[in-house]
Amino acid sequence: MKPPPFEYHAPSTVAEALDLLATLEDAKVLAGGQSLIPLLNFRLASPAHLVDINGIAELDYIQERDGGVAIGAGARQSDVEEDKTVRRICPLLAQALGQVAHPVIRNRGTVCGSLAHADPAAELPAVLLAAGGEVVARSVRGERRIAAEDFFKGVFDSALRPDELLVEAWFPATPGPVALVEESRRHGDFALAGAVRSGDRLALFGVAPTPVLADPADPTRGLTPSGDLEATPAFRLHLVEVLVRKAFAS
Amino acid sequence: MIRVNGVERPGPTSVRLLLSDYVRHELGLTGTHVGCEHGVCGCCTVLLDGRPVRSCLMLAVQAGRHEVTTIEGLAGEGELHPIQRAFHECHALQCGFCTPGFVLAVAGLLAKHPHPSETEIDEGISGNLCRCTGYASIRRAVQRAAELTG
Amino acid sequence: MTTRWFGERVLRLEDERFLRGTGLYTDDVGESALEGCFVRSPYAHARITAIDASAAKAVPGVVAVYTAADLPFGKTDLPLLIPHPSLTHGRTQKCLAYEVVRYVGEAVAFVVAESRYVAEDAADQVLVEYEPLPVVITPETAERAEQLVHADVPGNLAAELRQESGDVEVELAKAPHNLRLRLRFERGGAHPLEARAVWARWHEREGKLTVYDSTQSPTSIRGGLAMLFGLAETSVEVIAPDVGGGFGPKIMLFYPDELLVPFAAMQLGRPVKWTEDRREHFTAVNQERGQVHEVRVGYDRDGRLLALDVDFIHDAGAYTPYGIILPIITAAQVPGPYRVPSYRVRFRALYTNATPTSPYRGAGRPHACFVMERTLDAIARDLGLERAEVRRRNLLQPGDFPHEVGVGWQDGGRVVYDSGNYPALLETTLKHLGPKPPGEHVGLGLAMYVEGTGVGPYEGAHVQVLVNGQVVASTGIPTQGQGHQTVFAQVVADELGVRPEQVAVTTGDTRRFQWGVGTFASRAAVTAGNAMAVAARNVALKARRIAAEHLEVDPEDLELADGMVRVKGAPDRGLPLAAVAILSNPLRYAFGGGAEIATPFQARPRPGPPLPEGEAPGLEATGYYSPPLGSTWAAGCHAAWVAIDPDTYRLRFLKYVVTHDCGRVINPLVLEGQIQGGVAQGIGGAFYERLAYDSDGQLRNASFMEFLMPYATEVPEVEIHHQETPSPLNPLGIKGAGEAGTIPVGAMVASAIEDALGVRITEMPLSPLKLFELSRARC
Repeated sequence: MKPPPFEYHAPSTVAEALDLLATLEDAKVLAGGQSLIPLLNFRLASPAHLVDINGIAELDYIQERDGGVAIGAGARQSDVEEDKTVRRICPLLAQALGQVAHPVIRNRGTVCGSLAHADPAAELPAVLLAAGGEVVARSVRGERRIAAEDFFKGVFDSALRPDELLVEAWFPATPGPVALVEESRRHGDFALAGAVRSGDRLALFGVAPTPVLADPADPTRGLTPSGDLEATPAFRLHLVEVLVRKAFAS
Repeated sequence: MIRVNGVERPGPTSVRLLLSDYVRHELGLTGTHVGCEHGVCGCCTVLLDGRPVRSCLMLAVQAGRHEVTTIEGLAGEGELHPIQRAFHECHALQCGFCTPGFVLAVAGLLAKHPHPSETEIDEGISGNLCRCTGYASIRRAVQRAAELTG
Repeated sequence: MTTRWFGERVLRLEDERFLRGTGLYTDDVGESALEGCFVRSPYAHARITAIDASAAKAVPGVVAVYTAADLPFGKTDLPLLIPHPSLTHGRTQKCLAYEVVRYVGEAVAFVVAESRYVAEDAADQVLVEYEPLPVVITPETAERAEQLVHADVPGNLAAELRQESGDVEVELAKAPHNLRLRLRFERGGAHPLEARAVWARWHEREGKLTVYDSTQSPTSIRGGLAMLFGLAETSVEVIAPDVGGGFGPKIMLFYPDELLVPFAAMQLGRPVKWTEDRREHFTAVNQERGQVHEVRVGYDRDGRLLALDVDFIHDAGAYTPYGIILPIITAAQVPGPYRVPSYRVRFRALYTNATPTSPYRGAGRPHACFVMERTLDAIARDLGLERAEVRRRNLLQPGDFPHEVGVGWQDGGRVVYDSGNYPALLETTLKHLGPKPPGEHVGLGLAMYVEGTGVGPYEGAHVQVLVNGQVVASTGIPTQGQGHQTVFAQVVADELGVRPEQVAVTTGDTRRFQWGVGTFASRAAVTAGNAMAVAARNVALKARRIAAEHLEVDPEDLELADGMVRVKGAPDRGLPLAAVAILSNPLRYAFGGGAEIATPFQARPRPGPPLPEGEAPGLEATGYYSPPLGSTWAAGCHAAWVAIDPDTYRLRFLKYVVTHDCGRVINPLVLEGQIQGGVAQGIGGAFYERLAYDSDGQLRNASFMEFLMPYATEVPEVEIHHQETPSPLNPLGIKGAGEAGTIPVGAMVASAIEDALGVRITEMPLSPLKLFELSRARC
């Protein structure tokens, strides 16, 4: 379980990183590495190039902006979780981060990396969706802001193009009642099913190829979750009912 | 160059070398253990700028900008660190394989919560697997370590 | 003799090196060893039609690629441990697969390179052509035998064994009440956090092979390697250094790597190591627990057992390297602590295209316990009795020992319980468990078990007092975290009148002690512990003999205490042990901690040769302990209040109580660690972990992300009570304890869930999904 060979690039500016992504064939961005490196170790991924963005100081920020918080691609999950601005403006994000994997993983993992990875069972994509946030994708061709509704395309698949870097995620303020409830086998595991509430908005995760918005009054409508070893479609639908009830109980 | 346990060491011989393999096999610091190489067991936990991280989920070359502390660097040659003492007093280790990872995860936990609640203890050590102790003694050791560092 | 240290909560002597990260596990040995990597079969059953290693050999940094054709022992079947007359169709694999592979993960080729990274690159380049064959994956499918795992094994039947005590058919027919149950247990895995590893060096000039191996039986590995390579046993040294957990599957003779790594080291003239990664551990290391049991029971209107018939099939996996020890243990242990007047058991061990099986903590017992306890719960339900009451009425009584169960035991003898007090275990546990806590969907779990421990044939130990007064002790068995360096030191310290920290214990190193069997079957404390006591007593005898001569007193008037050999009642008259060690060696010079004290005694002329007739130099002795056939029988009771969330089907332990009896306790601290850890593994096996094979024989959850070993958040604190019923069978009165914590957990959890949710539990392991489906089916 050792990574296959690759060429390693460590740009120190976003511009350098974008140049690399524009020119290199088969490059992957290495952010926190908490999902990518296991894939390398299992040799389930073998990119020709790794573009490590950890040395780009300009990406390491958490800022109040436009009535929400902007999280740079370098910001670690644990820093965002502890951040006072985040706690004040977007308590949902802070609360959700406390349920992402384990503290040691959050010390290295990044918020933007988790969004770009687009794991359908992960918390943060659903939080972005429930909160109505967006991401900023930049390339040598320019910059796009992509709303959460348009960003997640499928299992581990997003609207990000190969030459684009997800430089920032923006989470709007979540002033209303918020909740993230999920059911996982062990504490910290990926969810069998999860529900994120932001005011009256509801996003579900772990029950479709992407996080999905749902009607709190009829959350399972149109859902056709897949089955695996730990949950059948019927059990997932049952959990959705249970979790949404909990999320809206308070 | 990479700073490990306060000493500048030559960097890895290969860019794909995991930090865990680098400290173990290029620096001979074999107290960092490798139990799963996919970030679940926590045996390979080291401190990166004082915060616990998985060394199997980092390339060694990425550590160049940081201060790495392995279990060997926690107390050095001196007396046991209070966390190590607490693990001994509470019989919080059996085969010892997961122990360095736990000790360093607890170092991170106590830095954040010097007097952790039971929930904070569980949260702080969740993410590290132990197959021998059944965790009860590890929980006690965390409480004892908090007393000792109190 | 004082017993000051025996029974004390001595803090562990081995801890410091682990806490500082300075332990020595096999992968730590290093020394610029070449590194190996296996090419493993991706198919559960296939014919190998071609292997092309040329591309792999051309990868820069690759030193060698071995296939079966390259090995002098390539066509040899690996040994079959513990043959048995009922194992009529035993089969073992070859070191590297030759012609056919029979499970995913079976080794096909071995790449040796300058680093593991390069070895993995090259392993991807070894081209193997497979022609897939039909796959047999569950024991039920194996029983139907529509396809065969081994073409020459009809019915996939490796072994069949029937045993009967009394006339079960007659008694079942006469019994006022009868029940039938079908109880199923799935495969699980031990997963010590250190996977397996082997390191070897061939010393050309000395003609000596040194092997570090994470094995649970270095003495057997040494004997086997010497035979295979045509070396004298004295030219092979095998060391099991620090081992990161074992739990059973680290004992084999051999795993392929245990041959290939030394072989490659001899061929290549450089140290070679192989360190298993977690992915290969999932399929390459033995597993356990797959069994399906058909139970018929007859009982009277008071719930007393009259007759029990158990017919089960055992999923042996693709080969039987470990014989049929697992189903033999299940067969022997089903009756547990209960009186079963008529008992019949039949098992069939069946081949499947899955990883072979061998003991994993509990070894046939968790399933045996599940069968008996589920049966008793069914009787209680049928008769409307309390579950505790049904157990009370069937338990063997303290006056019933020795009790012969009427079936055979794993050591070839009969199952005879030596001692115990089972009713007290039950009552103590219930008393401490207390009344039902408030809340809905809270169930009582209750299960009892016995465990035959400390099987022979023997273990040995060597104890020596060095001239500086330090005591060193060694035994052939290795250690994987059980605290042997502390508990054996306690035993030796008592015999020699020193403190445990003055006793340095070495385990599992054939350079220090070359005889022995291994660490398994909860046998280390019983066998090696007693051997330590015998060896240390021999040392004490010799110390008294030597000191008596110099002090001019009768040896009987001397005692060993406080590091001295001294006259009883006159503690000022004596010699330090260090001085006695010096005197034991009639050199014409002296060095060591007791030299000044010893010198005047040494100078004194004495009749006869310097080394008296029949005496050996050195204050040292060897001792052996060989238990009688039949084992010492430990026992215990687990009970818990368990809450099930009726929405999510999560399980939460509100209170968990264990009362355990393993005879005299050497170190309660260490014992409690064994029990708490065993319970955690039991909880894993009951509700979180399973090995999920699909019908193609692929393991679908071969990672720690999907094989759900519990974290701290899933394991409760267990309240542990000790009961001590000394074993009459060994000098120290002890019984084994290593596996006990795990055995009854599945049965206990099943009982609790049934009580909490009102669903019938007939299988292990469980999960929220399973409980959801059972609950739905009931609605």
